[in-house]
Amino acid sequence: MATHRIYLYPVWIRIWHVINALSFLLLLFTGIGFHYASIDAGFIRFDVAVIIHNVSAIVLTFNYGLFVIGNLVSGNGKYYSSWKKDMGANLWTQLQFYIGGIFKKEAHPFPINKDRKFNPLQKISYVAVMYICMPLIIISGLGLLFPEIIVYQVLGISGLALTGFLHQIMGFVLSIFLLIHLYTCTLGDKPLTLFKSMLNGYHEEHE
Amino acid sequence: MTIPTRVISILLLAAASTLMAQPDDTIKLKPSYFEVNDFVNDNEACLRCHGEMKFKIEDPGSERSIHKRMYPDLIIDREAYYTSVHKTFSCTDCHSYDFNTFPHNIETRVEEQFLCMDCHGYDETFAQYHFEDIETEFQESIHNIDEFTCWKCHDPHSYKVFMRNADDLKEAILYDNNMCLKCHANFDRFTLLTDREEINVLDAHDWLPNQTAHIRSVRCIECHTEINDSILIAHKILPKTEAVQRCTECHSSDSRLMHTLYKFQSREGRRSGFVNGVMMNNTYVIGANQVPLMDKFSFLILGLTILGIAFHTFLRIRKQKTD
Repeated sequence: MATHRIYLYPVWIRIWHVINALSFLLLLFTGIGFHYASIDAGFIRFDVAVIIHNVSAIVLTFNYGLFVIGNLVSGNGKYYSSWKKDMGANLWTQLQFYIGGIFKKEAHPFPINKDRKFNPLQKISYVAVMYICMPLIIISGLGLLFPEIIVYQVLGISGLALTGFLHQIMGFVLSIFLLIHLYTCTLGDKPLTLFKSMLNGYHEEHE
Repeated sequence: MTIPTRVISILLLAAASTLMAQPDDTIKLKPSYFEVNDFVNDNEACLRCHGEMKFKIEDPGSERSIHKRMYPDLIIDREAYYTSVHKTFSCTDCHSYDFNTFPHNIETRVEEQFLCMDCHGYDETFAQYHFEDIETEFQESIHNIDEFTCWKCHDPHSYKVFMRNADDLKEAILYDNNMCLKCHANFDRFTLLTDREEINVLDAHDWLPNQTAHIRSVRCIECHTEINDSILIAHKILPKTEAVQRCTECHSSDSRLMHTLYKFQSREGRRSGFVNGVMMNNTYVIGANQVPLMDKFSFLILGLTILGIAFHTFLRIRKQKTD
């Protein structure tokens, strides 16, 4: 069986991805530590968590800037920006593959190639995560880091509280994305194939 | 008294006061002062000197006169006084009539001053405020040193009750913290009471992340006193070694702020469906403010996600085995 290799993940994307992953995991761990902080039974010291969370957040924010600029100046942005009119039907086709076709060894409905790095479900979720959730969690996080810039009250509720809850909700949405992302990365030819791709830059498929 | 009659009376009183006060004082006596105090004109006998930055001394013999600067601690701000808790008082309610003699006699000047407990202690009228417990706490406090009295923090000429009925919590916090900073951020005043080295409040608190947000959002006494649920505001100031330094004392679901800063908030101010929801009218305390419903919903989604992944994995493994 011949192996088909496409160079899809240039070095800058892989560096961005590993920094993003590590900083997000630290943010998630410390963020849960804040949420369930307790006088007696916290699983991480609060003051230590604050330092780790703040440093990781700054790293993640600059790294996000690298991602946006990289997408603008390299060709990588096209994978997120090209939308077809039959997107709804394509999403359904991809979903059907995940819930049925994959078990019948059917061919991928949207095989990866130089022009199409993501299937429709990946594309819509990556766009939502990178261009909606990430800006929201970064902006709300900056608000919590510099609370003096936040409106004092909105409709009788503290602006800081609203910002805090938005930050928590986005953190949760991104955590659920992380779980699904990790799982779908096992859906390659072999469970570890796609993880290897993100390390060596090559997408591999057996023909 | 009908309203027009009362207004006319106030205007007449205001007009009369111009005869007694110095020309500059006419603009200083607002009608609102006469509404709250029946002794405004009597009080001017004191305030025409003690309400000013400077006062005049005349020598009838030589007819010479000079202006002297008033010692700042002896200056009474009229606006602050007539809006304070003691706004209805005449000066001589608390101070000797002998102060009407000028220059004041030495016997009068060294007279023993009233303290809070002289009026407020052991009196049914004030029983709900537990002044006796406050006095006990003060005795056990590190503030219980020579010459330190209630007045050092609670100036009877300007004291307002802010926290108990605060509409604007930020303003109340600022007011309360300024009571501490009046000495702790002013070494000249600090040395009047102690020989300790100068304290730099900001340097001493540089371990606090986001120091400005902390100082604006909580009072000094949140961390520097021992919680006492029987009185409204704790008065047992602890030594600095015993001050709260563990973040989770406030940043947790059983936050001590609910026993200190937020114990005054009315039931109307509380928000149901939130942990420590009353804080959320003014601020957000990481770790202390949670939404149990949101947490349950999150666990449901997380559970369904894990279940979906597990089921999908199971089907893949089964398919692989059957192949």
